Amino acid sequence: MATGVSLSPLNSATSDVLEIDRLSVEFATDHGWTRVVDEVSLRVPGGTTVALVGESGSGKTVTSLAAMGLIPPRGARVTGSVRIAGREIIGLSERELSDIRGTDVSMVFQEPRRSLSPAFTVGDQVAEVVRRHEGLSKAKSVARAVEMLDSVGIADAKSRASAYPHEFSGGMCQRVMLAIAMVCRPKLLIADEPTTALDVTVQREMLRLMKQLQNEYDVSILFITHDLGVVSEMCDRVNVMYAGQVVESTEVDDLFENPRHPYAEGLLAAIPDGHAKGSRLSAIPGAVPAPWDWPSTCRFQSRCTYQQAGRCDAGPVPLRHIAGEHSVRCERDGELFLKGLSA
Amino acid sequence: MSPLLEVVGLRKSFPSARNMFGRITERTVVTDDVSFTVSTGETLGIVGESGAGKSTIGRQVLRLIEPDSGSVRFDGKDVLEMKGRDLLAFRRRAQMIFQDPFSSLDPHMTIRNAVGEPLTIHFGIKGAERDRRVVEMLERVGMREDQLDKYPREFSGGQLQRIAIARALTLDPEFIVCDEPVAALDVSIQAQVLNLLLDLQAERGLSYIFISHDLSLVRFLAHRVVVMYRGEVVETGTTDELFENPQHAYTKALVAAVPNPRARRRTATVRSAAIELEA
Repeated sequence: MATGVSLSPLNSATSDVLEIDRLSVEFATDHGWTRVVDEVSLRVPGGTTVALVGESGSGKTVTSLAAMGLIPPRGARVTGSVRIAGREIIGLSERELSDIRGTDVSMVFQEPRRSLSPAFTVGDQVAEVVRRHEGLSKAKSVARAVEMLDSVGIADAKSRASAYPHEFSGGMCQRVMLAIAMVCRPKLLIADEPTTALDVTVQREMLRLMKQLQNEYDVSILFITHDLGVVSEMCDRVNVMYAGQVVESTEVDDLFENPRHPYAEGLLAAIPDGHAKGSRLSAIPGAVPAPWDWPSTCRFQSRCTYQQAGRCDAGPVPLRHIAGEHSVRCERDGELFLKGLSA
Repeated sequence: MSPLLEVVGLRKSFPSARNMFGRITERTVVTDDVSFTVSTGETLGIVGESGAGKSTIGRQVLRLIEPDSGSVRFDGKDVLEMKGRDLLAFRRRAQMIFQDPFSSLDPHMTIRNAVGEPLTIHFGIKGAERDRRVVEMLERVGMREDQLDKYPREFSGGQLQRIAIARALTLDPEFIVCDEPVAALDVSIQAQVLNLLLDLQAERGLSYIFISHDLSLVRFLAHRVVVMYRGEVVETGTTDELFENPQHAYTKALVAAVPNPRARRRTATVRSAAIELEA
C-alpha cells in the first residue's frame, strides 16, 4: 500500500489508549479464506469516545472482537497490530490476554442477559473479576462488587447483589454488565451496541451512565453502533465502516455537516426527519455484498450514485488523509458536493 | 365519514399465577380499555416501550389474539363476531407484517409458494396465472423473477422483509398492521422498505397501523399517534401536536429521549447564533 496514506497521523500520538493498525481478519469459509476486516486502522485517544459505525456485515463487531483478542485461533487469521495502552495484544497467549481483559480493556455486548451467567448472583459475577485480577478475599471482593453496583445505579445494591440476572430488567442487566466491565478500572471500554436492545428511555439513562463512568474512571470508549443518533449524543470521533473497510474517519460534527464519502452521505440522508413529512426517505439502493463478493475496487461502487465507470472500478481506493483529522476512501473525493444534515 | 377501523375498550389479560390445582389465581392485564380509530388512507402510529402492549393490540385487531372484552369494527362490521366466510373476507382485506422476516416466512417454502399461497387459499388461483401475479408483486417490491425458486435462507433480512410485504400485498388488502417492520433492518435498507409502504399508500389508499419503538420513524410516517404505557393509552393526537407539545409525562420523557442528530444540528446552530448575537 502506498505510503502517505492517512496512517501517519494515526501512528504519531502516543497517548492513544487503543491503536489499531492495518488490522485484517480472515475466516475459513466455503469460499476459501475470506477477509471480513480489511486493513482497518483507527485510534482512540485517552479520555475520548470513538464511534465505529456500520451496517450488519460491515466488520465492526469482528474488529472489536479482534481488539479484545476474542477471535478464536482456529479457522481464523488475524494480522496487523492492536495496541492497548501501548501494549501489542496480537500474538499474546490466552493467559496473557486474560490478564489484561478487565484491567486494561473490557467489553459490554448488545444482549446483557445473554452475557451474564444465569446460575450466579450478579454480586458474585462482579466480585469474580476483582478476585481474578486483584486477589482479594471473598468478603472484600463482594464489598467491592456492592460498591460498584451502587455506582452503576443499582438501587439498594447491598441486597440486590444477591439477586440473579432473571430478576433484573434488560436495562438493569446492562448496568450489571457495566459494573463487571468497570470494576477493575480498565483504560479502554469496548461497547458493542450496548443500548440497541433497550427502550429509548432506558437507552438515554444508559448513555448518561456511561458518560458519568467515563468521567469518574477516566476510561476511553470504543462505541460500536449502527445508530447515528446515538453517535451524535455520545461520541467525539467516528469511523464509518463499509464492507470490511473504514471509508471515512473524522470528528462527529464534521461528519454530520460535511460528509465526504457517498456512503456516509447516504446514511445521513436515511435518517427520517419529522419536519419533512410526506416526502420519501432517501434510500441507498441495493444491499451490502457478501464478503466473498467484495470487489478489489471501491466496494461501494455498485450502490453509489456518483459512480464513474473507468475510475471507480479501476483499482483499489486507498484511505486518503484530506484535512486535519479527516480521512476518506473515495476515488472522486474533492469533485463531489455531498450533503450533510442541514440545520 | 366513518373510520375504516374502530377499536373500543380492548382488554386482554393473561394468567400469571395458578394454584396447585391449576386454577388461575392471578391475571396480568396487558391491554386495558384501549380505543382508537384508523381512517382510510391514514397511518396510525402506536408507540411505547417493550411490554407496553403495542404488539398485543396489533394482534387483537386482526384477531390473532382474541380480546377478553371490547370491540373491533372494520368497515362497519364487528370483527370479533365474524365467522366463516366473513372472517375469511376480513383476513383478505386486513394483513400483517411482522418484525422478524426470518421467523415469519416458512423456511421450507420457496418464495414462489410463500407469496402465491394466499392467492390459492382465497381465490383458488393456481399455475401460470398465480405465477404471473407473484412475479408482478415481487417486482413491485424490487425483487427479481429469477429468485422465485429460492428459499428464505438464501436472502438477506431486507430482501426477506420485502418478500413478506409482497406476501401481505398479493391479496390487495386495504389495511395492514405493521409491527416493527424495519426494526431488524439496517438503516439504508429501512429506507427502501418504508418508501415502499409510503408509495403503496399513495397508490392504493392503504391504511396502516404502524407499531414501532422508534419515534423518529413514527414521526415521519404517521398521521396520528397513540402512546401506550403499561397496557393503557396515555395520549393520542396528531403527530405534530404530540411531538411539538406532548402532554402526558411519559410522552414527554419518550420524546425527549430520542437521540436525534438533526436536533443536535439545530441546537448547535441556535447556540452559535446566540454566541454571535452576544459578540
